Amino acid sequence: MNKKKTNTTNTNTEVIVGLGSCGLAAGAGDVFDALADEMKKNGVDARLKKTGCIGLCYKEVLIDIISDGVKVSYGNVTPAMAARIVKEHLVEGRPVDEWIIFKKDVVSGENTFLKDQKRIVLRKCGLIDPEDIEEAIAKGGYEAIKKVLSENSPDEVVAIVKESGLRGRGGAGFTTGLKWEFTRKAEGDQKYIICNADEGDPGAYMDRSVLESDPHAVLEGMLIAGYAISADQGYIYCRAEYPLAIKRLNIGIEQARAKGLLGKNILGHDFNFDITIKQGAGAFVCGEETALMASIEGKRGMPRLKPPFPVISGLWEKPTCINNVETLANISWIILNGAAEYAAIGTERSKGNKVFALTGKIERSGLVEVPMGITLREIIFDIGGGIKDGGTFKAVQIGGPTGGCLPEDFLDTYVDYDSLTKTGATMGSGGMVILDESTCMVDLAKFFMSFAQSESCGKCVPCRLGTKRMLEILERITQGIASAEELDLLESLAVDVKMSSLCGLGQTAPNPILTTIKYFRDEYLSHIHDKTCPAKVCVDLIDVVINQDLCRQCAVCIKHCPVQAISGARHEYTVIDPDACIGCRMCISVCPWNTIDVDSPKQLIVPAEKYRRPVNKENVAESVRCKADESRGGGA
Amino acid sequence: MSQLNITINENKLTVSPGSTILDAAKAVGVHIPTLCHDPRLKPYGACRVCLVEVEGARAPMPACATKVTDGMVVSTDTEKIHRLRKTVVELLISDHPLECVTCEQCGDCGLQDLAYRYGLNKSRYIGERHPLREQGDDPFIQRNLDKCILCGRCVRICDEVESAFAIDFTYRGFQVQVGTDYGTSLKNTSCEFCGQCISSCPVGALIEKPRLNKGRTWETKKTLTICPYCGTGCTLELQTIGDKIVNVAAPLDKGVNRGNLCVKGRFGYQFVNSNDRLKTPLIKKNGKFVEATWSEAISLIAKKFNGIKSAHGADALAGFSSAKCTNEENYLFQKFMRAAVGTNNVDHCARLCHASTVAGLARAFGSGAMTNSIDDFAKAKAILVIGSNTTEAHPIIGINILQAVRNNGAKLIVIDPRKIKLTQFADIWMAQRPGSDVAVINGIMNIILKEGWYDQKFIEERTEDFDELKKILDAYTPEKVAEISGVSPEDLRRAADIYANSGASSIVFSMGITQHSTGTDNVLSLANLAMMTGNVGREGTGVNPLRGQNNVQGACDMGSLPNVCCGYQKVGDDGVQAKFQAAWGVELPKTPGLTVVEILNSAAKGGVKGLYVMGENPMLSDPDSQHVEEALEKLEFLVVQDIFMTETAVFADVILPGLTFAERDGTFTNTERRVQRIRRAINPMGNAREDWRIISDVATAMGYPMHYESADEILAEINSVTPSYACITTARISDSGF
Ligand SMILES: Cc1cc2nc3c(=O)[nH]c(=O)nc-3n(C[C@H](O)[C@H](O)[C@H](O)COP(=O)(O)O)c2cc1C
Ligand code: SF4
Ligand code: SF4
Ligand code: SF4
Ligand code: FES
Repeated sequence: MNKKKTNTTNTNTEVIVGLGSCGLAAGAGDVFDALADEMKKNGVDARLKKTGCIGLCYKEVLIDIISDGVKVSYGNVTPAMAARIVKEHLVEGRPVDEWIIFKKDVVSGENTFLKDQKRIVLRKCGLIDPEDIEEAIAKGGYEAIKKVLSENSPDEVVAIVKESGLRGRGGAGFTTGLKWEFTRKAEGDQKYIICNADEGDPGAYMDRSVLESDPHAVLEGMLIAGYAISADQGYIYCRAEYPLAIKRLNIGIEQARAKGLLGKNILGHDFNFDITIKQGAGAFVCGEETALMASIEGKRGMPRLKPPFPVISGLWEKPTCINNVETLANISWIILNGAAEYAAIGTERSKGNKVFALTGKIERSGLVEVPMGITLREIIFDIGGGIKDGGTFKAVQIGGPTGGCLPEDFLDTYVDYDSLTKTGATMGSGGMVILDESTCMVDLAKFFMSFAQSESCGKCVPCRLGTKRMLEILERITQGIASAEELDLLESLAVDVKMSSLCGLGQTAPNPILTTIKYFRDEYLSHIHDKTCPAKVCVDLIDVVINQDLCRQCAVCIKHCPVQAISGARHEYTVIDPDACIGCRMCISVCPWNTIDVDSPKQLIVPAEKYRRPVNKENVAESVRCKADESRGGGA
Repeated sequence: MSQLNITINENKLTVSPGSTILDAAKAVGVHIPTLCHDPRLKPYGACRVCLVEVEGARAPMPACATKVTDGMVVSTDTEKIHRLRKTVVELLISDHPLECVTCEQCGDCGLQDLAYRYGLNKSRYIGERHPLREQGDDPFIQRNLDKCILCGRCVRICDEVESAFAIDFTYRGFQVQVGTDYGTSLKNTSCEFCGQCISSCPVGALIEKPRLNKGRTWETKKTLTICPYCGTGCTLELQTIGDKIVNVAAPLDKGVNRGNLCVKGRFGYQFVNSNDRLKTPLIKKNGKFVEATWSEAISLIAKKFNGIKSAHGADALAGFSSAKCTNEENYLFQKFMRAAVGTNNVDHCARLCHASTVAGLARAFGSGAMTNSIDDFAKAKAILVIGSNTTEAHPIIGINILQAVRNNGAKLIVIDPRKIKLTQFADIWMAQRPGSDVAVINGIMNIILKEGWYDQKFIEERTEDFDELKKILDAYTPEKVAEISGVSPEDLRRAADIYANSGASSIVFSMGITQHSTGTDNVLSLANLAMMTGNVGREGTGVNPLRGQNNVQGACDMGSLPNVCCGYQKVGDDGVQAKFQAAWGVELPKTPGLTVVEILNSAAKGGVKGLYVMGENPMLSDPDSQHVEEALEKLEFLVVQDIFMTETAVFADVILPGLTFAERDGTFTNTERRVQRIRRAINPMGNAREDWRIISDVATAMGYPMHYESADEILAEINSVTPSYACITTARISDSGF
């Protein structure tokens, strides 16, 4: 090993570890420590850095090694891998090919995942240390506020944002520039800007990622908004479940204050602005703007009627502009690159990019930022790599728990506000759950309705009681005890609740029901008429059975059943008690001999392999050993 | 702003800006059902039964909360609307016990009405229902959470109107319920037991406990009358069955209170049907009270009074009139004392509460009452409250003040040594040392003077002797005032700034500053403060004493005072003397009589020998009860006319049973001088009689005939001799109360 040579190679080398919530959850903290250890041991003086989320969540822990302008990314890194990466890549200059997931000239799925994305919102995510404002500044952070303060009047800023065509990313899709204009023009000496970082949709984490990876993009967006509407105070309403985001926002705010980017006379101009963080207590409805403001005011978070709209009478009855995290993260890019540049991306009425959280049965899950107007097919199949484990696409749920489910026929739908609304789904905040044929659409609707019901604030009757009654009918359908009339009742109730609820929650909560009934009616009818769950999900309509002909009496299943529904013992036939069975399929996934199957009365559509996890080697080894033990010592 | 055009189901009309679709529909007689709407509350729009279709709107709109815009076209009766409303009602009854057969609210229930209208006696939804959840351990209020439809009216009225914040929604989703902190009894909360929540609840979820099982609302006879407690003068609806009061409500569109009541008005009626009431005249024989007939009692009184009068002169007799009795009775009582007995020794408890107000304000403004009306507080930009625990003593006025502060942004300055409810809402609370009121007010004026915040034009045009005031104020520098009162110079400054510069500042005060040896000076100082800043004679301004008893204003107006006759016409004034001698047909005493305090002092010394106490209890309400006791015992003859055996009545020689407010007709004058009718709701208890009838009979027996058939007849006489009441006839005040 040539120490001298190593050192020279390494000084302009950066080793970057993704330390967002997802990375941390996957053990990024330990990887970081292991790398630091190894680098120290080997005398490597490359710079070891933290960054936020890179977006390839399914490959966490992720590390990037950049030297001489070439970036190499490793995925699924564990602390144990640190030694080899440091030794071979950093010391010997030989990247560990088998662990690489992305390299300039390597073609891989990940490469496509990132290549097809055009990043505006996430432009600095994964590239900077979010806890160091200098890195953000080095990458152009706070250039936009500098620019507007010295070159533009507030009215001009409003005009630029209007011209960009940017629409709110929090769900409703209201034109951001217009909202700013209304707030600017509203009467009042005190105005507020609020950043909505409540992100209550389960499964959505776009906003968290931005806050954790590039908080300065949001702070700068708020500064520009504050300047544009003449507000001197901003609030970030962030759910308390995002401690890392809150920590990094706090650090960001402190650092920005220290640099004179927040506070009085910002950058020497006659502009004062400061930001306070308010923590939400995890009620989905508190993401609704009027409930959110009530919550900041210390009241119970319940939506109220609009009008008056917040832009006229908002927080403490003062004109208030409330924008979503992602919306705000677009602003500085628009200022620096120009409204026209932004408006060139997307469709006629939906401009710019949208970040989606791809989850579910998708090959490559994670955050993707794509231009508006892309098709669902492109997102799911080109970027996301199609259905996981070679399954078949069944539907995509877009727009969070109160969005809609679209079947295959809609894969060529353009992803923009208007096209999605036409289908019965919504853009929502950008959750996108991919479903394969192992999903029961009735069960799915039930799941979302149960969420909506428990999150309903209870203020208005249609939502409070309507969601409850819809949920109960769905429960009865999945239990096979509902009548055909109840399906009609469900449908008409869903329409009424949508039409008569007070706030967005109740108005959208029926969407999953309405779209699944519309596009998957047969599945409802199978449950009702045939008492069958075609996807073999609904516990009351399935039997998990052991094929006694194939069973080798290893009793592994007995050990794994969480509710002790399987009787028998080693060397005996095992039997599942259908009443005790909760349909969790644990036994199927652990049986080394593929002898357990699911049966839904009357019909068998999906082969049971679908539910099988790839055979677990440890289990096999163990049971084979069992057999071996038996043959050897059984008689002893 | 100009009127707005709106079309509702083909009806075209114009409404004023700010009207809701519901208001407009009412105006053309189109019925829109409501459940969560209460005109006392802010728009809420939660129950959704008032949804209507508005042309061009994305979705149906709640009529109760949607403001009319010009050219709006509304349909209230479409198939879609019917369907949505029906769904809401069906959802509501899917989680409702529908126990109408035993429910107190039956026949007066918003949900029952709607279920009836849509023909829904059961719901197609067969899911979970909330179990019976009666909350039994609250005083006054029965909570049946299983009947609650979560319209939020109780929560909102407790917050928006009452500012009590005792209840709120708890939990989410299907589990939402109205509850208290930690689900405890209302006793452990900030609940004031005003029962406002009950008054707003559209269903049987909140019920007045005293009413339980006594009869449904529709079975009761309803009588509009006025509350017998404080000087606010709230309108009550007595709901009676036979001669029993079953419940008390308040109509939403009437009186100073417009549907609001406090704990006293709503629940404090038990005394009316109490068994402890005096039901027949009593004469003390050998130290024991013995039942007597009316004629026995009255002739005994006439004999004794005439005896004392002829032996010691008329001034050996005296009478206490009552701030609880009607104007008619007060008028008659002072007439009785002056014309039948022949003395001006007549007074009442106002002597002890607001006599200093009357003296002070009469000196400053020529009249000793509120300069502005109760509704006027809503127009104030700043309110200075001194010596008044308004939310406790005058709860409905307290509500008005707090709403002005919370809804209209009026600034509130509270000067009170105690931390009271108002101080929680105050911009400035100055806790002065007791007795240092004048210093504090002078300190404020000193600052206003130094800063030039006074109203020169007003002072020049409308006041006298400003220079005198200036001289006095010089000494009261903020630092000196701080030393005297303990109030910081900064607070004084801020208060002065707010009061002088708000644009419309109102002063509210009560017995906290009048019941002092310096009471009159305190009142005068407040008048000076108002005048130097021009805060008199305009909307939202003024100097406003809150009178204590329900008819203390009326008792004063009616001349139950030793120095003036009704309408403050001076005793001894030749013109007045002549006028009343002509009207009453008898020679009248010329010299002013004794006050309450003087009468008792004189009695103790043997001067006054006979005393007639109508509806007062000096043993409790006058200072130094030992001294009162000595005085009463010394009397040769004591008549007490009351509804209960009071601490004073035990000393009486004759006790005469009078009537409660619920059993008689007449008028009360409230603190803002609104003259309002009280009406007989039930028959007199036992042998008890109207107080005016008793007085007439005693007068007649003494040889001065008085014959009246009704309270109206007495009011007519009041009209003829009292300029300030000249046009106040029953017909004119029946509805509006003026
Ligand atoms: C039930 C409900 C929940 C919502 N949750 C969120 C949320 O978590 N984050 C968000 O930005 N907007 C949320 N919204 C949308 C907000 O009300 C509001 O439209 C948005 O913050 C406006 O910002 P934008 O114009 O930048 O999109 C929610 C709306 C409803 C009805
Ligand atoms: S729709 Fe649901 S969440 Fe919205 S106000 Fe009504 S009850 Fe509350
Ligand atoms: S609250 Fe109304 S609907 Fe309910 S039981 Fe009572 S009367 Fe019937
Ligand atoms: S108790 Fe009555 S007023 Fe209160 S929420 Fe329930 S139904 Fe409405
Ligand atoms: S009365 Fe209008 S929504 Fe309830």
